[in-house]
Amino acid sequence: MAWTRFGKKKDMPGGLWIKCESCGAMLFRKEFEQRHRVCATCGYHFTLPARERIALTADPGSFEEMWIPLRAHDVLEFHDRVPYGEKLIATKAKTGEADAMVTGTATIKGIPCALGVMNFQFLGGSMGMVVGEKIALLCEHAAEKKLPVVLFACSGGARMHEGAVSLMQMAKTCGALQRLHQQGMVSISVMTHPTTGGVTASFASVCDLLLAEPGALIGFAGPRVIATTIKKELPKGFQRAEFLLEKGQIDRIVQRAAMRDELGRLLAYATGRDPVAAFKPQPVAAEAETAAPPPPAEVAEKPRRKQKAKKG
Amino acid sequence: MTEPSAKPPVQDGLAFERPLSELQTKIAELRKLNSGSHLELSGEIELLEDRLRRQTAEVYAQLSPWERVNVARHAERPLTSDYMQLMLDDFVELHGDRVFGEDRAIVTGLATMAGTRFLLVGHRKGKTVKDRLACNFGCAHPEGYRKALQKMRLAEKMKLPIVTFINTPGAYPGIGAEERGQAGAIARNILEMFEIEVPIVCLVIGEGGSGGALGIGVGDRVGMLENSYYSVISPEGCAAILWKSGDKAPEAAEALKLTSKDLLRLGLVDKVIEEPLGGAHRDPKGTVERVKVQLLEWLAELAAVPVPELLAQRYRKFRGMGTPVAE
Repeated sequence: MAWTRFGKKKDMPGGLWIKCESCGAMLFRKEFEQRHRVCATCGYHFTLPARERIALTADPGSFEEMWIPLRAHDVLEFHDRVPYGEKLIATKAKTGEADAMVTGTATIKGIPCALGVMNFQFLGGSMGMVVGEKIALLCEHAAEKKLPVVLFACSGGARMHEGAVSLMQMAKTCGALQRLHQQGMVSISVMTHPTTGGVTASFASVCDLLLAEPGALIGFAGPRVIATTIKKELPKGFQRAEFLLEKGQIDRIVQRAAMRDELGRLLAYATGRDPVAAFKPQPVAAEAETAAPPPPAEVAEKPRRKQKAKKG
Repeated sequence: MTEPSAKPPVQDGLAFERPLSELQTKIAELRKLNSGSHLELSGEIELLEDRLRRQTAEVYAQLSPWERVNVARHAERPLTSDYMQLMLDDFVELHGDRVFGEDRAIVTGLATMAGTRFLLVGHRKGKTVKDRLACNFGCAHPEGYRKALQKMRLAEKMKLPIVTFINTPGAYPGIGAEERGQAGAIARNILEMFEIEVPIVCLVIGEGGSGGALGIGVGDRVGMLENSYYSVISPEGCAAILWKSGDKAPEAAEALKLTSKDLLRLGLVDKVIEEPLGGAHRDPKGTVERVKVQLLEWLAELAAVPVPELLAQRYRKFRGMGTPVAE
């Protein structure tokens, strides 16, 4: 649940150069951003802000945001060192976002879908009433419009400041997905670094297809909590995307650069379209295509090494 | 999500019990004296008993949230096993998740109580040290949640309602638990509990620790015992993160609004079951009797609801929890 363990200090420094969190390489900021925050040296996938994620995933100009005015309110009158109400206002001013979730409709490789993206910059992407409500609304909208749902998770877990109200968002989102599934719609969850706590233990793990970005930390309990509980050192690569693939917990690991193609392909299968046609270069997307390196089919081959059935 | 609360509390949250137990000891001594001699002490004893009752009522009416958390964790507080023993006329335990193993932190089985049959699912904490270790202090692994789901599907087939007893510090945070998909198992339970076509009744009897509690906590009626708590994170965990100090657990307990009265006020549970004077640990039998009456009432109520309506209501109930405002 502890979203503050990640992030905070990881806010991008304003300088020309950025140090890779994983290998320590110095990366030229402009190039780094062009590579969608993936380290050129080690391939480490940095956390991607929601708007950049949408720009990278949805077809250019296709995203239509919904439920923009929704705001959290301080039901508990929670304050630790700062009252939650003030924290919300300050975070909104700092990030320009109203909460940790951006939702709407879009097309991906020309296929219409409902898209929800978590924003780690907003209080560690923690799930409170706004995140829960937007996911539920998105699922209900998708069920009504017969759209598949794509959800990008990026969160430290439930938002403590909303107490048990945030806990119940786990039930709200799962209930909404259950109803969506019952109407035959397909859902895809993409777990990005980090996805832990109440988000992993709810909507992010019960979508029909589970994808993850390379190296993403994905788990229920945070590594520090586990290490303190069992009083042992954790195995190398523990709770990373590759570990989850190995243990049969996810369907595929997808490189960020190949994400749109991969989603397009899966959405084609999910909606009765021709996946081969979905890969024909689109005139509209030509500009964005130049940034994405190798042809999709080739990229997609790599992570297929071990493909196991999804569990739980 | 939360650490097991096996370690001693950061701050003695049961200090308020001391004057009460001193009075109790005094009364017991006088009683002994009274029966063993010709001295007439009945009047004295009655006076003291009256004082004890008043003082207990006073103390328990003013407990802080942190003190209530400690009552919820009290060593003598009735556990799922006590309810089973005192309440059920028949119980057939069913083991195993059919995939990996048997998790003793969750008990499941077919039960009969006053002529009503149902599936019982409950966290198990254990009474003796050996038991507690075997049950991981009530912290379930994924196989526990999968076992619960597998049995709930069985109950659905047998058209038996489901009763769950929630009493866990949280799901177990360990290597094996993560390897076998702790998060996925809990999420799967939450999702599928929305589609199970029999009535589900959930009761928090002690600790309602986060996702580990909710993993068997989606129901048509959700109740809490008066001195139980239900929280997104343990007060200790919250204090460590937001206050950067585990010693601030009392402050965190206060801020989290985790008591039964808070949850009721927030519309997250349907009912608070009052405990006997001075908490469930003072009168386990009385507590179990109250729970039994409530469960039978709920089960009778829900038996009359047609399945589509039942599922629609269940969704609406959780769908309405925590509604944001529009700016």
